[in-house]
Amino acid sequence: MSFLELNKVTKIYPNGTKAVHETSMNVENGEFMVFVGPSGCGKSTLLRMIAGLEDITEGYINLDGILINKVDPSDRDVAMVFQNYALYPHMNVYNNLAYGLKNRGISKEDIEKKVNEAAKLLQISEYLQRKPSMLSGGQRQRVAMGRAIVRNPKIFLFDEPLSNLDAKLRIQMRLEIKKLQQKVGVTSIFVTHDQVEAMTLADRLAVINNGLIEQLGTPIEIYNNPKSMFVAGFIGSPQMNFLEGELINKTLTSEGFEINNVTSDFNGPVILGIRPEHMSQTDKGLINLSVDLVEQLGSDNLIYGEIKNKKDFCFRCPGSQIIKKGSKLSLNINDNNYYVFDKSNGNRVN
Amino acid sequence: MIRYFSSNFSHLILLIGIFIMIIPVWLIFASSTHTALIINTQGLQFFLGDKFLENYTKVLLYEGGFFKEITVLKMFLNSFLMATGVAFLSVISSLMTAYVLVYFRVKYATLLFWIIFITILVPLELRIFPTYSVMSTLNLVNSYWGLIIPISASAIATLFFRQFYKTIPDELLESAKLDGANTWRFFIDFLVPLSKTMIVAMFIFMFVFGYNQYLWPILVTSSEQYWTVVMGLKMMSGSIVNKFAFVIMSMIPPVLIIIVLQKYFIKGIFQDK
Ligand SMILES: Nc1ncnc2c1ncn2[C@@H]1O[C@H](COP(=O)(O)OP(=O)(O)O)[C@@H](O)[C@H]1O
Ligand SMILES: [Mg+2]
Repeated sequence: MSFLELNKVTKIYPNGTKAVHETSMNVENGEFMVFVGPSGCGKSTLLRMIAGLEDITEGYINLDGILINKVDPSDRDVAMVFQNYALYPHMNVYNNLAYGLKNRGISKEDIEKKVNEAAKLLQISEYLQRKPSMLSGGQRQRVAMGRAIVRNPKIFLFDEPLSNLDAKLRIQMRLEIKKLQQKVGVTSIFVTHDQVEAMTLADRLAVINNGLIEQLGTPIEIYNNPKSMFVAGFIGSPQMNFLEGELINKTLTSEGFEINNVTSDFNGPVILGIRPEHMSQTDKGLINLSVDLVEQLGSDNLIYGEIKNKKDFCFRCPGSQIIKKGSKLSLNINDNNYYVFDKSNGNRVN
Repeated sequence: MIRYFSSNFSHLILLIGIFIMIIPVWLIFASSTHTALIINTQGLQFFLGDKFLENYTKVLLYEGGFFKEITVLKMFLNSFLMATGVAFLSVISSLMTAYVLVYFRVKYATLLFWIIFITILVPLELRIFPTYSVMSTLNLVNSYWGLIIPISASAIATLFFRQFYKTIPDELLESAKLDGANTWRFFIDFLVPLSKTMIVAMFIFMFVFGYNQYLWPILVTSSEQYWTVVMGLKMMSGSIVNKFAFVIMSMIPPVLIIIVLQKYFIKGIFQDK
């Protein structure tokens, strides 16, 4: 039995919106699970059902062996970090952390010990007497984390907690959250629409689309083996290139080139997916790219150009390679690293 | 330069306003420190006289009413009890009503709110007979509760609290829930402290409202011992200077409460942080 089990969980809002469809998954004790997907796909809804902030329309959720469908949020022993932190504005940092403990009838000395420990862990000890309005974004973020940690709950739930921070701080906090989770070892679910965040944080991640889990797996599994066009397009940055094509008798024809011996029995119109980083320059390659735009990121260059009818085809090469706008490149796909999807439904067929 | 001018200009307007409002009060105060003879022969006085102590002590110990059951001191006590009672009860009742309307899954909560709000259009004076009959059925005629209860549900205060609660983000409630706060704790630990300034503002508001009541106290009390200051002003006989002194004294409690709590009053009404 897993630590957290979702069994055919469905959410239909009173206004008829079906936000989550028969979702099932297991999360193991101590695991860092990430829900990733575009805005509006139902990530928050799923998380909020686990927290008890939304009723579960159908299905079951088990946490630590207990069916929690009807358990009050305050009795579920879960902690949540919200996007805008939801700190208690009228309480100082100390009381923000202590409040949940007070409600659980913990003695004053124990509360003080726990709060001080958590504050030390998060390096907010010197702000304990301040009100949240006197803290910076990053400090507020830490207080929100502290409020979750101090209670030592069964599970941490994070709903896009980093999206209000600036880019640099976001990367720093991302790292800290991961380190912290490994240190305290509490099972965590982290919701984000940012695939880089998802990839870096997750032990396993669930790619969600339109209220359905499209794919569940470790970041590397999902990156290497996307099951659908949606997952392939969502995970990976810059995005995978998609080309129209036709697969007949294991031969794929697309935008002026052919790939033979495709490992698929599918016949018909397909979409060919190639990641920008899975190609390299050669003399007589498969793909001929006329360069329109070069983005120099320092370590890498992102080359955008046209191949036959396809615009904005992206190719990624080391920053040391100097490529000029207007030049023509000849590219090969490395190690057969390409993906073929059924054009009609987006399912992977190779 | 323009800014300087306009600020001077607005000060001028404010000064004129203050002047217009303060002059009558000053005239009465100045006149209340003279002998009745001077007022009766020479009219209102602009400058202070020398009978301040004499006139004011006399008023404080004055026994009013037909049966002489009440002193001015007692009237102040009655008014204070009534105003405080009204203020307390209205603040508590509207805090809670707003809580229910905003945070509980009440069907037709908006409609219910507007029904409550409409009562503003039906002031006590309009529903005075049914109200009296209710009070008399409850045996509350001639009692402090009878003075207080019928005016202790304020639609305006409910409106203020409701609008304020609606600006509080849902995450705060959700966060509190996950932290183990039940319905009651959320009210006490969150809504009450967060609306602190507004509570004070509404308290002042309702205190003055209760203090100023006239028609209802007259109706619901027949015994002289329940006379309030405002009733006393009307009923008091005696010399003109004593009446003036009483008028001035009657202003003190509401003014005092506003001065003491004005910091919160402004904040509460305009909700600046
Ligand atoms: N309280 C609600 N009432 C009705 N529909 C809602 C409510 N909350 C969210 N939705 C809808 O449910 C879907 C999923 O929302 P949400 O879980 O917030 O998405 P995400 O967090 O992935 O951006 C969206 O279409 C959204 O409009
Ligand atoms: Mg969301």
